Amino acid sequence: MNTVVGALRRNTELGLMLMAGILTAGAYTLAGLGRSASLPANLVPFLLVILGLLAVAHVATRRLAPSADGILLPLAGLLNGVGYVFIARLDSDLAALQALWTALGVGAFVATLALVRRARDIERLRYTFALIGIGLLLMPLLPGIGQNINGARLWVRIGSVTFQPGELAKIALAVFFASYLVEKQPLLAMGTRKVIGVWLPNVRHIGPIILAWAFSLIVMFFEKDLGSSLLFFALFITMLWVATARNFYLGIGLFMFAAGALIAWSTFAHVKTRISILTDPWSVANGAGYQTVQALFAFAAGGLTGTNIGQGNPQRIPAVSTDFIFAAIGEELGLLGTAAVLMAFLLMVGAGLRIAMRVEPPFEKLLAAGLTAIIGLQTFIILGGVTRLIPLTGITLPFVSYGGSSLISNYILLALLLRISADDHARVQAQAQVMA
Amino acid sequence: MNTQIRRLGIVLIVLFTALFIQLNYLQVIEANDLNNHPANSRAVVRDFSQPRGVIQTADGAVVAQSVPSNDAFKLQRQYPLGPLFAHVTGYFSFTYGSEGVEKEYNDALTGKVSQGSFNPRDLLIDREKTGNVTLTISKSLQELASEQLGERKGSVVALDPRTGAILAFVDYPTYDPNTLASHNQDSVRAAWSELNADEDKPLLPRTYRERYPPGSSFKVVTTAAGLATGTASPAQPVYPTMRELLLPNAGGQTLQNFGGSTCGGPLPEALRVSCNTAFAQLGLDLGAQKLSGAASDFGFNKVPPIDMPYAAQSFFPAAGAFARDQPGLAKSAIGQQDVSATPMQMALVAAGIANNGVIMTPHVLGEVRDSDGAVVQRYEPKPWLTAVPPSVAQTTRDMMVGVVERGSGTRAQIPGLAVAGKTGTAQTGLDKSHVWFVAFAPADAPRVAVAVMLEDQPSTTEATGGALAAPIAQAVMRAALAP
Repeated sequence: MNTVVGALRRNTELGLMLMAGILTAGAYTLAGLGRSASLPANLVPFLLVILGLLAVAHVATRRLAPSADGILLPLAGLLNGVGYVFIARLDSDLAALQALWTALGVGAFVATLALVRRARDIERLRYTFALIGIGLLLMPLLPGIGQNINGARLWVRIGSVTFQPGELAKIALAVFFASYLVEKQPLLAMGTRKVIGVWLPNVRHIGPIILAWAFSLIVMFFEKDLGSSLLFFALFITMLWVATARNFYLGIGLFMFAAGALIAWSTFAHVKTRISILTDPWSVANGAGYQTVQALFAFAAGGLTGTNIGQGNPQRIPAVSTDFIFAAIGEELGLLGTAAVLMAFLLMVGAGLRIAMRVEPPFEKLLAAGLTAIIGLQTFIILGGVTRLIPLTGITLPFVSYGGSSLISNYILLALLLRISADDHARVQAQAQVMA
Repeated sequence: MNTQIRRLGIVLIVLFTALFIQLNYLQVIEANDLNNHPANSRAVVRDFSQPRGVIQTADGAVVAQSVPSNDAFKLQRQYPLGPLFAHVTGYFSFTYGSEGVEKEYNDALTGKVSQGSFNPRDLLIDREKTGNVTLTISKSLQELASEQLGERKGSVVALDPRTGAILAFVDYPTYDPNTLASHNQDSVRAAWSELNADEDKPLLPRTYRERYPPGSSFKVVTTAAGLATGTASPAQPVYPTMRELLLPNAGGQTLQNFGGSTCGGPLPEALRVSCNTAFAQLGLDLGAQKLSGAASDFGFNKVPPIDMPYAAQSFFPAAGAFARDQPGLAKSAIGQQDVSATPMQMALVAAGIANNGVIMTPHVLGEVRDSDGAVVQRYEPKPWLTAVPPSVAQTTRDMMVGVVERGSGTRAQIPGLAVAGKTGTAQTGLDKSHVWFVAFAPADAPRVAVAVMLEDQPSTTEATGGALAAPIAQAVMRAALAP
């Protein structure tokens, strides 16, 4: 059964991958036809590299996790491909690098599948992951290697290589949270004292929440990285809530978030600026609000169907290749394009949560939910910021934005999800054999 | 945990739905408002890289056109005749916006007004939807006016009094609009600051945007006012011959004739020699109400409805201003003190007399044609003001003919043709004057009216409107009337 299901899933995946490849190549051709930004012909090899890499990822899945979910990889490939086309259209220098990052990302994907043969193998390494996660998060604060870029200290430079360790930290921390929460779940879920009709858990067990909260505040205070801080705290509360099924944690999480937000707002000028940009970007349209306002104009310029790739002016938006790439998509592909990208992420989230629902061991279940929550929340945080739905916090759009750290960590995340889903099928098959 | 995971799914769906709604709001509902937001310069970039029609003269010379460029804007605006038409075409600059006809007729040039009716052909054939603007100004007359003006600060404007069509207008100094239309922002900025730093104001279209004291050329208005109100006629009164007029309530202050000369006589004689004492007396006889009213009737204190951006209005004090200032009234009657006029305004005064008292709306637009050559907009002449009744206009005209035939404006004579004109010399300081000449011809059936103004000429008895400005007006009228 395993082989039958696996073959079926892999063929579905192959078909979907082909469609993603065709869409990417088609978009690339359109960009080449675009009048204002004709693509240099020497970028075509890089497109072939991207498509080839997706094929490599597919073959690796066939070999290493044959029965894994068949939708996630094509979706990631589509988003990566569309992102690549826009990066190539916006900045041809970045396009070659993005091809390199994709190669490293797919390499990390294959390596993760090869190294992590069973998801529960990493459950035992919980404190190693905790240390790795915390270490990565705090790394930019180390003098000498930490780098301030655009006012946020979330980069690390070693030699000539710069990367954002926070992107990898979120995965390490998700692994740690999953295994820690699964172990402590009975204690955390159980109330010991009743206060105003609510069973409160032992204060000892609230400790971790306070720790996570304090930690995310540290990230915000010292690295000025609102996005990662928000993602990190939201991830923890979500996983705690999923693990314990206690709304109490959600409530206290929201309360602490509000408190943290208030502290940040009253303490930091840049947080205040972000809020004022959200409420009234127009009064600072040529200053602090320039990026947001230009993004809004880009979305409006795109309208329903967009200007077509290569015919808009998205390069007017600062950081359009990274955090604001969605605005470029909005301008040139219109609402149809942005809705399609949104749908792709929603399908990814759906596939991830379906894996989490199906898989039985609690660690895998919680990890799958956590990893999926990362994708969903990160997407919401950046897209909400770019569309002026919530305050802008600079993080990348998974798989689409330019950036090595982001691509590599998201491909690792993807590999872990696929591994969990493959595990589940191995288990189902084993059960079937027992019953037979 | 599955219940929680399902709820997590619902929460994420809700969040994504919020994103989707926000996208609908930005990209569909609010899109139009955002696209037209004042802070949105995308429209400028779009306009700037959009095909744009040519601007051409009445005699077919291209004065503004777009040629392909190899940069992001795809098109580069060019002004083949450079400084000659700079104040007409204006410029189309990414950095500093637009000016002149480029600004006034932007919609026509980009084709916004040329798509009158739906043409099914447009579905099949991709054609340029731009409009081409044809001016009423001709290259040949413009060139001649520019040569005549030479390198003297000032303005020359010629128009057809019957329609208001402007036939030529040149200002000196001028500039090369190509330097501002460049896509090289640094060079544009450098050119811009240099032009703005120039104290001779080369960017200023003096003809319709700068006011000068009109001096004696204003006596045309005073004459018409005297005739129209019955205060004076060609025969009565006979102004006393004198060197200086004692001003009322001025503690012995007097108003003198130009160059200390002695003059007087009936109105035609006073106008012929531009007699200050006679016109000052006429102004006092008219009173503030009537003189101020006449100036308004000729277009003073009104923005002329010319199809060029930011036209200046000429100024004549309100009647109340003279209540305690009878000397001011006398000086205003000869175009001094606070009276100021654009060269365009003085040309319109001449045109009004020429056109039996009716001032036609001045304009530079002839017509707009689409890329197929079909006319999509044609300028229909329309009257702006009725300054005086026809009989008053005719009488004034006859007196102005006297000025050219045997008065202060003899240098505007054209052999075989009656020319009507009036000189003006307005002292601006101890040794500087603005000199004027306004005229029209042929006097019996006028087809061209002109105003010439030369700034800051040295004050000598030789440097008068009659000596310096009249020959320019003569040459321009002669060329305009040549078959």
